[in-house]
Amino acid sequence: MSEKNLIVLKNVAKHYQMGNSIIKAVNGINLKIKEGEFVAIMGPSGSGKSTAMNLIGSLDVPTKGEIYLDDHNISHLSESDLAQVRGKKIGFIFQQFNLIPSLTAKENVMLPMIFQEVKELEREEKAQKLLEIVELKERMNHYPSELSGGEQQRVAIARALANDPEVILADEPTGNLDTKTGEKIIDFLNKFNEKGKTVVMITHEHELALKHARIIYWLKDGKINKITKKEKGGWKSIKNEK
Amino acid sequence: MKTYFILASKNLKRRKLRSWLTLIGIFIGIAAVISLISLGNTLKATINSQFDIGSLDIISVRAGGISGLGPAGASVSNPLLEDDVKAIERIGSVKYAISKYTRTMKMEFNDKVVFLGVTSLPDSRRINDVYEELDIITEYGRLLKEGEEDRIVIGKNIADKIRNGLEKDLKVGDRILINEQEFRIVGILEGKGSFRTDNLILMNEKQLKELNEIANEVDLISVKVRSLEQVDFAKEEIEKLMRVRRNVKEGEEDFEVSTPEATLATVNQILLGIQIFIVIIASISIVVGAIGIANTMTTSVLERRKEIGTMKAIGARNKNIFYQFFVEAGLLGLIGGILGIILGIGISYLGTFSLNNFLGINTKPSIGFALIFFSLIGSFLIGAISGIIPAMKAANENPVEAIRG
Repeated sequence: MSEKNLIVLKNVAKHYQMGNSIIKAVNGINLKIKEGEFVAIMGPSGSGKSTAMNLIGSLDVPTKGEIYLDDHNISHLSESDLAQVRGKKIGFIFQQFNLIPSLTAKENVMLPMIFQEVKELEREEKAQKLLEIVELKERMNHYPSELSGGEQQRVAIARALANDPEVILADEPTGNLDTKTGEKIIDFLNKFNEKGKTVVMITHEHELALKHARIIYWLKDGKINKITKKEKGGWKSIKNEK
Repeated sequence: MKTYFILASKNLKRRKLRSWLTLIGIFIGIAAVISLISLGNTLKATINSQFDIGSLDIISVRAGGISGLGPAGASVSNPLLEDDVKAIERIGSVKYAISKYTRTMKMEFNDKVVFLGVTSLPDSRRINDVYEELDIITEYGRLLKEGEEDRIVIGKNIADKIRNGLEKDLKVGDRILINEQEFRIVGILEGKGSFRTDNLILMNEKQLKELNEIANEVDLISVKVRSLEQVDFAKEEIEKLMRVRRNVKEGEEDFEVSTPEATLATVNQILLGIQIFIVIIASISIVVGAIGIANTMTTSVLERRKEIGTMKAIGARNKNIFYQFFVEAGLLGLIGGILGIILGIGISYLGTFSLNNFLGINTKPSIGFALIFFSLIGSFLIGAISGIIPAMKAANENPVEAIRG
């Protein structure tokens, strides 16, 4: 694992206007995620972990503070520039799989490459290779509706990796799957992590986080409540570095 | 761009019935445009051919203000006279003038009686000029000679038992009673697919006048002008002369001098008016169709918010989303257009077929490549334009909100 900080959040806040009141979904978060790390973000519902993920994944811009992705400040980018950043550097995995129902498994994997204007032949080759890795080569011409939940999530993993992103951002990736199928999904995430990909997983399942992550950020009321790190001999609380 | 077409067509495949129903507007509009424009062209071509304008240097003079296809001048209070023919022929720009008669006469054959229009042929050497004007040749037998009596030549439809009402084909050599007088058929004209020529019955002028008890009046004067450039001038000269001869003031004429060009222009103007009217109706249908597409696309954007959010999450820029929905709307329009073109062509063929049957002619529907090409482009554009607002709405979705569905 390198010492390079891939994702840095500096004093990041995200406030929403809801009628007359302002909701402080995220209220002053500082974190640094190093390249090659396997990070879990934990917290009860309403703790701001979804908002945090949107900010890390550059789906959203912060109300306050700065976000750096691979040393680039992305806090003030336009929607189109953010889309470019996301497409290149981040691979999303969703709880609901979010495959495009009108496209086959292979076409779903090719889609992010279309947005990066990868050539057609290259797209096809890459999609096939990725589907082979997630053990879905035989089913690559099936539509999402013809695939099981586990299979759909594996297609989603392949899709997340299509543009060789720096980070895989998984939002409750096993939330809609049974334990055994979920394990397999996490195994794939581990495999890619071992190959050097940074994985950020948002989850509320303690066991999952404890078993696989090396650092856990515990969120509460829009703030980082504590940070625990897996070391020899068990989990240790560490101080949040500003 | 090709990718957007593939993505859009894949999305169209899983469209629900109601999206297809919204295409009816475009479908009917395009079908109306195609069928009516092509039928209009066919009708124009048919009518023009019915006028049998072999030569544009022939001017017709009729009594009364009535222009038309019926037996001209047959029941006019102040008819043209034989002297008028001679007077017109003395005009400098006129090459010759021929008196013409067309009368409905009683025909008996095969124990059946029918009433058909019979046209006169001059007793003079002018007979050949008339043949030239009519531009006719016989398929069977021969044409009448100068002054030949008790003989007739008939058109193709008159010989045909399906069309002549006599329930028997007429052949060269057959004897037929016309106004109680026996005639022998000596020739059957070659079919031209034109109502006028194919329904001709030609008879010697003197005999036609006798049988119809015509004294010195003339139904129609056919005037040949010396050259095409002199047609308008000759028309004015004839009008001037006839005003004097009939003692009427300018603007109060009880006769009509018509050039083929003027007649054609009037007919074409009426047809154009009809076509414009129909195109307006079709446009309304297309506008309704466009609104339908805008509506179905808006629904589709709402239904697919999650998909839009996902696409944005995996790197789609606003313009990528816009193009996808834009092209999809265009393809919807195009499909409506293709269906409309198919229906429109069907209607044109059916309409032409009916017209052919009704008039006993043989025309083909004129559906130009350009008409189809522009209909296709047009229907795609109508769809795409209708999709602009929904596509913009889709493109501007906030990814965070959209992804929640």
